[in-house]
Amino acid sequence: MIRIIFQRILAALVTLSLLCVLTFLLLRLAPGGPFDTDRVWPPEIQANIQAKYGLNLRVSQQMGIWFKDLLHGDLHESFQYLGKPVSELISEAWPVSILLGTLALLVAVILGIPLGCLSAWKQGTWIDRVFMFVCFSGLSLPTYLLASLLILIFSLWLMWFPPALWEGPEFWVLPTLTLAARPLAILARLTRTTVIEVLRSDFIRTAYGKGLSPRTILFKHALKNSLIPVVSVLGPLAAQMVTGSFLVEIVFQIPGLGMHFVQSVLNRDYPLVMGLTLTYGVVLLTAHLLVDLSYSWIDPRIRVES
Amino acid sequence: MNRFLKNRWAVLSLAFLLLLTLATLCAPLLTRYSFEEQQISQRLSPPSFLHPMGTDLLGRDLYSRILYGARVSLTVGVVTALISLILGTLSGALAGYFGGWVDRCLSGITHLFYIIPSLLLAILLTLVFGKGLTGLLVALSATSWVTQARLVRGQMLQAKQMPYVEAARSVGASTLSIIFRHILPNLWGPILVALTIQIPTQVMSESFLSFIGLGLQPPYASWGVLASEGFGAMRSFPHLILYPGGILFITLMAFNALGDGLRDWLDPAGDRNLM
Repeated sequence: MIRIIFQRILAALVTLSLLCVLTFLLLRLAPGGPFDTDRVWPPEIQANIQAKYGLNLRVSQQMGIWFKDLLHGDLHESFQYLGKPVSELISEAWPVSILLGTLALLVAVILGIPLGCLSAWKQGTWIDRVFMFVCFSGLSLPTYLLASLLILIFSLWLMWFPPALWEGPEFWVLPTLTLAARPLAILARLTRTTVIEVLRSDFIRTAYGKGLSPRTILFKHALKNSLIPVVSVLGPLAAQMVTGSFLVEIVFQIPGLGMHFVQSVLNRDYPLVMGLTLTYGVVLLTAHLLVDLSYSWIDPRIRVES
Repeated sequence: MNRFLKNRWAVLSLAFLLLLTLATLCAPLLTRYSFEEQQISQRLSPPSFLHPMGTDLLGRDLYSRILYGARVSLTVGVVTALISLILGTLSGALAGYFGGWVDRCLSGITHLFYIIPSLLLAILLTLVFGKGLTGLLVALSATSWVTQARLVRGQMLQAKQMPYVEAARSVGASTLSIIFRHILPNLWGPILVALTIQIPTQVMSESFLSFIGLGLQPPYASWGVLASEGFGAMRSFPHLILYPGGILFITLMAFNALGDGLRDWLDPAGDRNLM
């Protein structure tokens, strides 16, 4: 087992370096540079700026320097926020994204699983139909449309919550709901399917046969056994929450990783893009690794293949 | 076929999508104004008889812009879904059929693309290939073939054990002929279902990229561009975002309902979970 974990971590490190190399090359291939302005500088000044940031070196050399400094824990300074190290910018931004993602996932789990369960229990009734229709449309709802509807209703019309920024709990509500909608729909649909399947199995009939109350059967027998597939999508969903917050962060002007990423790419802020890519890579690879390993823990019949 | 026709939602969706396609093809006949004609005196007018969906900041007719925008959104969606389908099917088929180092190489690449968040890669690619149609097409095709590759690889692994493949090989069919003439035609069901899931995903991704400002540039419009233009003015003129966003929502629902219907018809035992 330990050998397998070790192998997996090694493979993840290779993937991570490939991701960094790919991003580095794509960034340099993109037209435009970090210090392009409308104003034309004299060539000496231009050359000085290029030399200061090592942009006059060959791309392979620049990449070498980046990787070497990475091993020393140095992600360089941002080009856009002059004098600010990338690591500082990231450490300011990631708690925001993590909080947003966690809140959204919590809302999705707390509402999605019970509602899916209820829907399965009331299978075929109007409650089930209405609810499944809502979930189905939730999967087709573009993020920005949901965000605008929420802002229109709750901040411009009812004036309950502020429409943008991230300065306190009342600012958290609308972005969290926007981000939670999709995973909520996914979880509810999945829970419904698996609970229905479990409710048809023999041991449920046995439970009825020995006279248990419907409530005990639903909560003690059916729900517990249908949670395995649900738990297994939580890992990928959690990863999606971290990276899926791009649009939510842009729409609500939240200073998290996603907003920084989009802006740094547009500004050609090479070090910041690299730092953020690395952060995303580490988060995602860790999530995948944990999911892979947790399969064999949830269901020992599944062996982890080397 | 009866099974499919019985699904009212799927049939309704198919009808809606056909009608929408027809309307976008005949857009010049159905609109009074062109999508770039500016009437400054009419700017930001609410929906009226002349402008059924109102006008935008520059006095352009929103209804015309939505109808012309549908051309871009739908074309990008369908074209990139087809490209990613072909790429994914090829890569998955080769990996699944040959196994060994071919599989290890292709699966490695697939895994890398699977891990990278597609929006992140798409943003970088649109920069390299320029904002606009080319950038969108490359970015969206490159990031979406992975699911298809994984699906086809799995199907291929099963299919190559089947007696009919063995039979084809024993009568001397070449490897290529076995893959393309014997196995792949048998997989058209799951592939078609994957296509109907892929198109709405692509339309949605296009609108996201355009919303961030990486898609088509003005005066051209796609639904994402319109939503992005409308979002800024939402406070005072909600119709600017509600119309383009709403029509995108309905179209995506139609595609998803159609996909569900097709899946029930072609693959009744398959799982119905939309991720």
